[in-house]
Amino acid sequence: MKITEKEVRYVAELANLNLSEAEVRKFQADLDEILGHVERLNEIDTTGVEPMAQVLFSAHHAADDAGDTATWRDDRELPPLGTDLALANAPQSGGGYFKVPKVIER
Amino acid sequence: MDIGSLTIGQVRDGLLARRFSAVELTRETLDFAAAQNPATNAYLRFSPGRALSAAARVDGKIARGDDPGPLAGVPVAVKDVILTKGLRTTCGSKLLAEYVPPYDATAIARLEEAGGVILGKTNCDEFAMGSSNENSAFGPVRNPLAPDRVPGGSSGGSAAAVAQGTAVVALGSDTGGSIRQPASFCGVVGVTPTYGRVSRYGLTAFASSLDHIGPLARTVRDAALLLQTIAGRDPCDATSADAPVPDYTQSMDGNVQGLKLGLPREYLKDLTSETGDLVAAGVKTLRKLGCEVREISLPATGYAIGCYYIIATAEASSNLARYDGVRYTFRSGDSGTLSDMYRHTRGEGFGAECKRRIMLGTYVLSAGYYDAYYVKAQKVRALIARDFAQAFSEVDAIVAPVSPFPAFKLGEKIDDPLAMYLSDIYTITGSLAGIPCMSVPCGTTAGGLPVGMQILTRHFDEPTMFRLADAFERASTGVTL
Repeated sequence: MKITEKEVRYVAELANLNLSEAEVRKFQADLDEILGHVERLNEIDTTGVEPMAQVLFSAHHAADDAGDTATWRDDRELPPLGTDLALANAPQSGGGYFKVPKVIER
Repeated sequence: MDIGSLTIGQVRDGLLARRFSAVELTRETLDFAAAQNPATNAYLRFSPGRALSAAARVDGKIARGDDPGPLAGVPVAVKDVILTKGLRTTCGSKLLAEYVPPYDATAIARLEEAGGVILGKTNCDEFAMGSSNENSAFGPVRNPLAPDRVPGGSSGGSAAAVAQGTAVVALGSDTGGSIRQPASFCGVVGVTPTYGRVSRYGLTAFASSLDHIGPLARTVRDAALLLQTIAGRDPCDATSADAPVPDYTQSMDGNVQGLKLGLPREYLKDLTSETGDLVAAGVKTLRKLGCEVREISLPATGYAIGCYYIIATAEASSNLARYDGVRYTFRSGDSGTLSDMYRHTRGEGFGAECKRRIMLGTYVLSAGYYDAYYVKAQKVRALIARDFAQAFSEVDAIVAPVSPFPAFKLGEKIDDPLAMYLSDIYTITGSLAGIPCMSVPCGTTAGGLPVGMQILTRHFDEPTMFRLADAFERASTGVTL
């Protein structure tokens, strides 16, 4: 078994995801099967291969094709979204802030 | 005027010859789409107000003798993961059912600037995660050509709308095949441009290193014209490419004589179905047009699914962390403490596939597994990209299937996530390498289901991809098995 029920619960905690008991069982089975397939990656030799984090700047990848295409933008101020718009989709807001349940009990 | 088969060129000719106005066309198309939509559920909502004002602007320009823009009056459908200011954008998720974006995606601003008319927002798998459009919180989409079958996913609504004729063109998004596979299933053209060719600003993030916006259309030319208007550097997306955007239609001259095409051995060895026969017939057509076809090898292909589902889910688990009940409309009623609010909002808000991917992504990034899974996958990704670079030192384009099979039945695969993931094999390799790839219709199975053929080229070589696809489209006689 690649992943235990205990690990599924631990990962759900890390992900801030409340799961039902049925979901815990279902995801344990699903993840176990998927990780079983993923294990196959261990067959391929990656000695000396640099990890590729993204497409266009990879040192060992197609530098001749893609080139240095991404660029910095000018460092100048742009008008921001503004508080009202930024808060417009909040479930709860007030006084220019997002409101959330109490974090620390007195 | 047959609304259901219009092209961008026909819309332009009709407007400039004053056979109809943009407002008339928009009204008629909206009526037609509203009448047709219940059969597919392709659109989640229409935006008549926005569409009619865009159309009126086009009519005004024409009346004044001004250039109305390359997409003047063209009815466009937009996948509901692409932000539209003031127009609800749900990402197919209960979590964002009421979300109204405060800004437009760059692609949206550009297509409206070019005279495009946004008719509405199209259905998709929740947060673009899925290959069948069955993961939408707002019900599945039905394939317009076979109502008991899926349209593909995740851009299922956009592909269905174009196939059904309820939009002339559409925007979709592609992370591992989400434009090409539904295009193939619905018999339309779907283009995933080079990574960075189109700004991702305003595209709801799923897996940032893999996400693309791209066009769906009924013809190669229309797909190229739509890409032309949305492509190019955008200061709001640091990963958007600064490379100049060539005139795509200029390359579409029908001449593919001497182009070197590669057929990947690894893709074809297991493909013995009708799909394989139709792709083989497509290759034969390309050969007749003067292309030189040879077999090539992409040896890391067998590792692509594992690689993709580690990287994509890792990035997704991070990107989807923001849906926590604070900023984005939905908050669980069961939010006693801050921690409860996070956990219950996400537990109630996300559907099964999103949860599965968040779990997998969190697992592969967690302490003790990060190197074994995530870093390993990034190294394998480099090998997959290297395979393509090697292949493109020998050939100008790669021709491949899009999906191992045509549109499957609703409900057929939804309970087997691994089987669904494995069906992405031919599309995710190009996504991982970030190269341009597209699906162009290559025929129909004996059962009447369309099949797409995939064309892949070097980074930023969309011109060769379009040249080949256009020549094929002209020569293709619509093979039926």
